[in-house]
Parts: sequence; structure tokens; C-alpha cells
Amino acid sequence: MKISETWLRTYVNPALGTEELVAQITMAGLEVDAVEPVAAQFSGVVVGEVVEMEKHPDADKLNVCKVNVGETELLQIVCGAANVRVGLKIPAALCGAVLPGDFKIKQSKLRGIESFGMLCSAKELGLVAEAEGLMELPADAPVGIDIREYLQLNDNSIEVDLTPNRADCLSVEGVAREIAVLNKIVLNVPVIEPVAVTHSEKLTVTVEATTACPRYLGRLISGVNNQAQTPLWMQERLRRSGLRSLSPLVDVTNYVLLELGQPLHVFDAEKLNGGITIRYATNGETLELLNTQTIIFDEKCLVIADDESALAFAGVMGGSYSAVHENTNSVFLECAFFTPLAIAGKARQFGLHTDSSHRFERGVDFELQNRAIERATQLILEICGGQAGEITEVTTTSELPKRESIILRETKLTKILGMSFESENVTGILERLGMKVVTQTDGWLVTPPSFRFDIAIEADLIEEIARIYGYNNLPNNQILVRSSLNQATETVLDLDRVKDLLVDCGYQEAITYSFVDENLQKTIAPSAEFIRLQNPISADLAVMRTTLWGGLLTAALHNTNRQQTRVRLFESGLHFVQNEGETLQEKMLAGLALGNVTAEQWGEQERAVDFYDVKADVEAIFGLTGCKVQFVSESHETLHPGQSAKILTENGEVVGWLGMLHPNLEQQLGFETPVFLFELSQDLLLQKQRSSFKSLSKFPSVRRDLALLVKEEVNAGDIIGAIQSCSQPLLQEAVIFDVYRGKGVEEGFKSVALSLVLQNQAQTLTDTEIDAIVSTFLETLTVKTGAKLRD
Amino acid sequence: MSANLEALTAQALDALAATTDLTSLDAIRVHYLGKKGVFTAQMKELGALPPEERREAGQVINQAKDAFQEKLDTQKIELEEAALATRLANERLDVTLAGRGQKVGGLHPVTTTLRRINKIFASVGFQVVEGPEIEDDYHNFEALNIPAHHPARAMHDTFYFDAHRVLRTHTSPVQIRVMESQTPPLKVIAPGRVYRCDSDITHTPMFHQVEGFLVDTDVSFADLKGVVYEFLRAFFEKDIQVRFRPSYFPFTEPSAEVDIECVICGGEGCRVCSHTGWLEVMGCGMIHPEVFKAVKIDSEKYSGFAFGMGVERLAMLRYGINDLRLFFENDLKFLQQFN
Repeated sequence: MKISETWLRTYVNPALGTEELVAQITMAGLEVDAVEPVAAQFSGVVVGEVVEMEKHPDADKLNVCKVNVGETELLQIVCGAANVRVGLKIPAALCGAVLPGDFKIKQSKLRGIESFGMLCSAKELGLVAEAEGLMELPADAPVGIDIREYLQLNDNSIEVDLTPNRADCLSVEGVAREIAVLNKIVLNVPVIEPVAVTHSEKLTVTVEATTACPRYLGRLISGVNNQAQTPLWMQERLRRSGLRSLSPLVDVTNYVLLELGQPLHVFDAEKLNGGITIRYATNGETLELLNTQTIIFDEKCLVIADDESALAFAGVMGGSYSAVHENTNSVFLECAFFTPLAIAGKARQFGLHTDSSHRFERGVDFELQNRAIERATQLILEICGGQAGEITEVTTTSELPKRESIILRETKLTKILGMSFESENVTGILERLGMKVVTQTDGWLVTPPSFRFDIAIEADLIEEIARIYGYNNLPNNQILVRSSLNQATETVLDLDRVKDLLVDCGYQEAITYSFVDENLQKTIAPSAEFIRLQNPISADLAVMRTTLWGGLLTAALHNTNRQQTRVRLFESGLHFVQNEGETLQEKMLAGLALGNVTAEQWGEQERAVDFYDVKADVEAIFGLTGCKVQFVSESHETLHPGQSAKILTENGEVVGWLGMLHPNLEQQLGFETPVFLFELSQDLLLQKQRSSFKSLSKFPSVRRDLALLVKEEVNAGDIIGAIQSCSQPLLQEAVIFDVYRGKGVEEGFKSVALSLVLQNQAQTLTDTEIDAIVSTFLETLTVKTGAKLRD
Repeated sequence: MSANLEALTAQALDALAATTDLTSLDAIRVHYLGKKGVFTAQMKELGALPPEERREAGQVINQAKDAFQEKLDTQKIELEEAALATRLANERLDVTLAGRGQKVGGLHPVTTTLRRINKIFASVGFQVVEGPEIEDDYHNFEALNIPAHHPARAMHDTFYFDAHRVLRTHTSPVQIRVMESQTPPLKVIAPGRVYRCDSDITHTPMFHQVEGFLVDTDVSFADLKGVVYEFLRAFFEKDIQVRFRPSYFPFTEPSAEVDIECVICGGEGCRVCSHTGWLEVMGCGMIHPEVFKAVKIDSEKYSGFAFGMGVERLAMLRYGINDLRLFFENDLKFLQQFN
């Protein structure tokens, strides 16, 4: 909300400069977002009156004017504006004036005629962005007076960003009330006298929805002239609040809304058919609003209707049919209190947000309607003329908001704020805020005023005391917390450790959006069921990721498109997978590597990263937990069928996948080199085995190397698995240290070099024992894998 | 000394002088001093002398032998030193060439910032808890005293899946989940991703928050102020000015926004702080009685405070990052600046 500082100071004028005032209300919770001068800097412009005028002899569009600027002599000024005429009062820039944009006015010649200044438009004074012709001043504007003084342009628009609880401050009077409290000064509330009622015509008002509309006031005003000019002072105050002047009737309702915080509406009385009814809409009832939007109501929407149809969307916006126009002659002026809950969310339901709905859904003072309708009537009669009829009021007192007394306990106040307050101090603050306070032995009994919708419980009062006393005047306590000792578990590894490992392996951590492009999602995981956002911000961020690969691939492309030839990224975060109608949100850790295995360096042959490089990184992670996992050759829709591994725990749970991005996807996504990916479930990955000690053998270990000939399709895992299946207690280690194909090995076969380390706890192993063990291994290998010893 | 011995010694010394490498030096040593060497042979010949001459002749031979030995040792050291010097000279490397191998990567600045925040709070026993990112309406709003159609909902531009499920708009639902399942005293930090349907130069649809809260029998606003104040000084490693400004959150009361003195201009006023000298860094307040009611904690017995802060915002201020969107582009040139 924007308000004029000068206007504000007519209510309350503490001895504070603009900056101090703004700081004060900001620190009271009425955050000021911006303070802007209401006019650009300019000087040397006074109120002038065109006294004589004649056509320029050499230019069709120019006039030579004699202008009274309050000096003894008239000034000759050449002017090209269409609306210049004798008797018109206008802003006149004198020689030496400086207009906005550092535009200096000098004596000059226009087509041979001397001109001693310039007559100005509102745009030239920096008051509006667009203007046609000269700015016309009222006939009673005193000639010669500085225009800044006359228009009170040494003023600021203060933009206050109010929190939803402070509906009471959504008006000049409301903000002023708060300033009065803070400065302990009296608020200068203008007295609003009821206007004289000069005719007896009335409309019947029927309130069907009394809960939603506990109070409704209306009156007929006839004989109004909506073509009258809205006074400059009102136009200026509206402008400084960010509102455009539209017509005097509308301007008045907007003005009272700003002044008091009460939304009002004027209906063209001639368009009304019968009486006024405040009721819920029927399902499917339609109304074209002032903004020409036609809406279809449901039965939870409140409308103002006549005997025929809905006229207005109550508390939100009027309808176009019954709106006032320039020939409107008589109006029905409405001023109501709608219950916040009846209006809340209604405007938003139709994509609307109005000054009116903004106030009603937060709470308008339910005692304000009479003052507001009188104020608006008074202004309408002043500007548009006309005769006011009697006010019709329908109030259902039982439905008006309650203002129950609240007990504020001294002990609670002290406990929550961490300091004690003098009773007079508490009473003083609360009473200045408009509350009724009764002091009791252990606290206070407090009744909030009708304009406060945010004071209902003890905590609300405590906040008010803290706020007015000043948060920064409350003590700061040194932290003193009750603590118990934390567990230091050894069964779950800290994810941070894994991240550090990946960092040490040259990976850069990425953070990508949890929602991705639907096409990308479908491309990389065609069979995964995903969940879609109802209101995505854009199509490329529309569905929840089922894999972290989407984001990593996008991030990798971002980099390869920027001359990066080597990318290593990892990310941790949730993926969202559908399982029997449920969305599982599981913590994952994923990585991507492309380009060379190491950054370019001297003295080493360049080598592209391959499956085993990335596998080593993944194995390193499992090395941290000590959990034994198995890499099983299995195809995956995102990965190269010959280079993908499913990773299983000892219990057969799937920890994740590792592999090369499928060449089709590589090409489709726009990569120029192979991309390697892994994705692991954090829950399984971080399960850690506690170390347990085994005594060291005093006897020497023995290593035997076997060169095995196996068929190409036999995996290393099969060979190691066969060895392990023997459950030989003396076996310390079984490692494949070479794989050879080529000369001396038949096509379709490979030679696998396996080393076996044996050791006994109790004695040195004899050759006979070793040979026996090794031949058992060989037999098992032959049975399970078809392996033969190479000659 | 016999002429023979004299000639021998001279010959031996000449041979020594002519030697330039350790191998031939060793050959000379064996030739003269070995078991079958020249000097040994001389000693053996002593037996042919009359016993009264042997002693003296023996001494003469030994002197010559020792003199030779000494020369030889000196020569050996010199040659060894020369050989080492040559080797060292030959093995000289350009130590300014880069090392080889894998270079380390780095953590995302959001992670680094989160770790620092967690570490500061962990030092006084706060426990880190995470929660789901797809939340139900109850935990994200209702239980936090934001009923349907509450104007505060408009402050959260919410992503919806259906009528009941949203992407959490803040980390506060973790507060509810912890209080539902644990009993006070509670000291919790809840970091994580949050989502708002908003995207422009200063907003991304996803960002990170850290929620923190403390519930115990006697927690006051003064305690909250103390914790926030100490945290901010620890985080910025500077004795910065901090101020508390009344604000509104449905789930706390009293509520405050916390401003710090602008870390860019030191409070003088600059573009970053919109020339106010202050930067808003977090929201906080005393946990609202309605929230305690929702989680069945007795607000007569317990009180508590909660605070929430934007991680990217803190990282931007800490590292001088001027564009929020950079955090999620994952450009290596950006990420590597924080390694």
C-alpha cells in the first residue's frame, strides 16, 4: 500500500524527519519497502494565468501568450499546446527554471518571437508518464505561488508492505493511528458530520446471508453529476497512492477506501430493478465484472443482487451493467461489513485480487461503516452535487465479530519475553493501542478494539507489548541449553563422508531442480511412472524426477556446450517414484563422468574415462562402509546393455545402477562422447558394518597364482563366486590380476590370472595342504565355470 | 725401506691418482690390499728375514700400506661425492611442472553453507532432521496455523499435485513432524529443499532453507534473540550489527524478521541493501500456541522458538554471489570457484 506522507501528517505529525518516521514504522512491523518523492526534482515553476493570447504570425500551431505570474509585468510566452486559452491557470516555468531531467528554461526565440519561459504539462513536471496538453489548474489557484508549494509536491509516497495480520493499517488513518501509538501523541481524526437528508427515496435491503454480511448500509443519492471534475487535491492524493483518477464517483469511493480502509461501491440506481439482496450465488449464475471478465459463480460466492440478477461480486468487484458512467444521475452507495471468511480465497478462485477483497479478507473495522458512508456521501455531494437519501442499515448484531476479553498473565508475559514489565507500562501500551484494560491481581483483562482482527489470545497481546516496547529493547540471553550426549553411531555412514570422497575423486557437486522436463523424463526413463505438478512454472520443470540422472545430464550438457570436455558431477537428493499409487520419496546419490579420466596433464597418455574408472569410484564408496555388494550384469533402459551393472547388497536388495549411457540416448541428448552414470540408494549405501577384530596370524601366508582358461562369457564375478562358494577358511584373498586374450588363447576364450592367498592361524601351511586346497578350488571352478588350467 | 717397496708404493699411488671411477678404484684396492694383494705378499716375504730385522721391516711395510690405504679412502670419498653430484645433477626436475593424477572436485556452495550452519548449531547439541519434500497440506499449512484461504497462503506460491499434496513451501513442516513424534526438550535443525511457484531474477522455483527450533520448559524470546545473534556472528565470523523487526508468520508469535548490517557496504548503504544499510536474513519467533496444540504439546508447560533462513541468500552474502540462478545452472566455472 502506498500513501502520501503529507496526507499522513494531517492526522499525526511527530517531530521526526521522513527517514526517521519510516524507520520507526518499519521497526514497529509496518515494513516500508520504498519512499519515493511524489514529483521529480524541478524548480522555478509558478502558478500562471493566461491573460492574453494571439496566434503566432509564422506558425500555425503556436500561440503567443501574455501570462500573469504574479509580477508587475506580464510575461510573453510562446506555447504550442492545444488546450491553451485565455483565463486558464497553468504551471509556468520562468527563465532560470530547471525542469526534471535537468532541463533549463532560458529566454529564447520561437520563429522570431521572444519567449520568456514555458507553460507546462503534468508530464513536463514529472508528475505523470503521459499527458496531453497543459496541466489545468483550478480557477482559484493563487497566481505567482510556487507550484511545488501549491500542489504540495515536497511530499513522498511511502510504500508499506503490510503483513496479512495488520488489516487495520490498510488506510492512511490506520497507519496514522499506529504512529500516534508509537510517539504517544494524539491522533487528529477528522470529524465526519452526517449529511442532511434531502429526499425520502429508499431501496429495500434484504440480507439473506447474515453470517457473511452482518452489516450492510446503503443510500440513494440523486441528481449527481459524474462529469464534474475531481478536485486536484483528491486527484493528487489518489495519484500518490498509485491510483488513477477515473470519475468523481469512483474517485470518492477509492479515496475513502484509502482514507479509512472501508471499501465502498456505487451502483447506477437507474439500472437497479427492485430492492437489494445480499445472498449466495446460485450454482452457475454468471456476472460480467467491471473489468469485463465474466465469471460463473458457485454457491459459496456472495453476491449483491437486485430482484433480477446479481449486480456485484460481494467484497470483490462490481458488475459492469450496474456500474456508474459519465451520464449517471443517481446512485445507490453501498458500504458493508463482510466477514473475512466469507471473502477469503474468493477473489483468488477467479484469478482476481482487488483493493476491496484484500481488505475484506483480512478484516475491515466493523464499526466503521456509518462513518465511511457519511464521509463518502459528503464528498460526493461536494463534488458531484445531488441529494442524499436516508441510510438503510441492516445489521445482524449476533453475527458481528466478537471482541472477547483476553486474560494476560504477568507470569506468562515475563516467561515469554524473558523480562518483567511495570504494570503501568503494560496498561499504557495496550490502552494506546485502543484496547480496554482492567488490571487484575496477577495480570490484566484486555478487550481489543473493533479494528483489530489479530488480537484473540494471550500470545497476541504479548506480541503487541514486545512490538511497542521495541524488540531491540528486549534482552538477549546467552544461550544455555539442556543437552544430552548424542549417539555416535557406527552402523550408518554420514553422507558428508561420501560426498567428500567423491570430491576427492574429482567430482563436482551439482544441485539440480527436483522437477524436470516431461520429455526428458520420458526419454531417459520411458517405463518409470512419474508424478506431475498441477501448476508447473514452465513445461521444462513440470514432472518430478524419478532419477537424478535427468538433472545431471542437463547440467553436463550445459557444460559441454560451454567448451568443457571433461565433466564429473554428483548430486544427492530425493527421487520420486510411484509405487502402487503411493509416491516414494527416496534419498539417492548419483554421479556422472564424461571426457578424459583425468584433467589434461603432461607426461601421461590421454585416456577417456571408462566403465571401470567409474566403477572404482563407486567401489570406493562401498569401501567406506565395509558393506559387501555385488555387481551383476543386467540391462537397464537408460544404459548400454553390455556396460551396465545392477548393484546388490548381500541380501539381494538393489542399491543402484552403474553403466554407460545408452549410445542412442547419448546421440539423442547431444553428447559427443560416452557418458558414465551411477545412481545409488542412500539408505542402503550408508549402512555400515562395525569393524571387528580378528587376531593376526604368526605364520607366513602363501600365494598361489592360477592361469585359467575360460569362455568369454564367464564373468570375473563367476570365478570369484566359485572360489567363495568353497568357504575355505584359510583363504585370505582371491584377486583377478590379469585378463588376457589373443595369441595362445583360442578365439571365444580368455585367460584369467587369479591369485590366491592362504594362511593358517595355527601353523605354517605345508605344500601338501596347499595343493589339496588349490585342487578343490580348481574342481569347483571347472564345475561352475568350465575353467581349465592353462598349459 | 727397500727399493722394491718404495717402487711398489710409488706405483700404487700412481695407479690411485689415475683412477676416476669407483669400479677401478675397487680393483686397485683388491690388487694392493687384498688377501693376495701386493702389500700382503710383501708381509709374507718378511718370514725370509732374520728375526731381529722382521719387526722393523714389518713396520715399514705397514706404514706404506697405511699411507696407501689412507689415500685410497680419501680418493673413494671424493669419487663417491663426485658420482652423487653427477647423479643429482642428472636427476634434476622442473619442480614447477604440475603434479599428475586426479584433481579434487568440490562441494556446491549451498552444501558448504549448510555444513557451516549445521556445525554451528551442532556445537550446542542441535540435531539435524530431514523431512519429505512432497508434503501434505496438513503439515505444510494446517498444523502451522495456516488454514485454507488464510491470506498467508498467498505469500507462499505453492506447487500442487492435487488437493492434498504440495511441494513443501518451507522447511517448517519438519517442525511439526518432529514435535508429533518426539517429546521436549527438542533442539532441531532441519535443512532442505523448498519450492515456490515463482521464477525471476531474484527467485528460483526451488531453493534451500534451514529451519531451527528449540522447545523446553522455559524458553523465551530473549533466548531466541541470543541464539540468532550468536549464530549470525558465528556464520559471518564478524561482530555484525543485528536487529529484530516485528513481522508476521502464522506459526510464531511474537514473530520477527532479522536484519543484519549490510555485509557488502558495512551499513553505509549500497545496491545490495537497497541503500538501507540492512539486509533481511531470517524470520523467527516464539512457536504459536496453536502449533503446540496441533502437535499436542502443552503450551502452558513448554515454550519454544523457531527460525528459518534461506541458504542461498546466506551463501550469496557470504561469498558475494550476485545472481541466484547461478546456483542451479551447475556451470563448472561457477562451481569450481568454491573448491
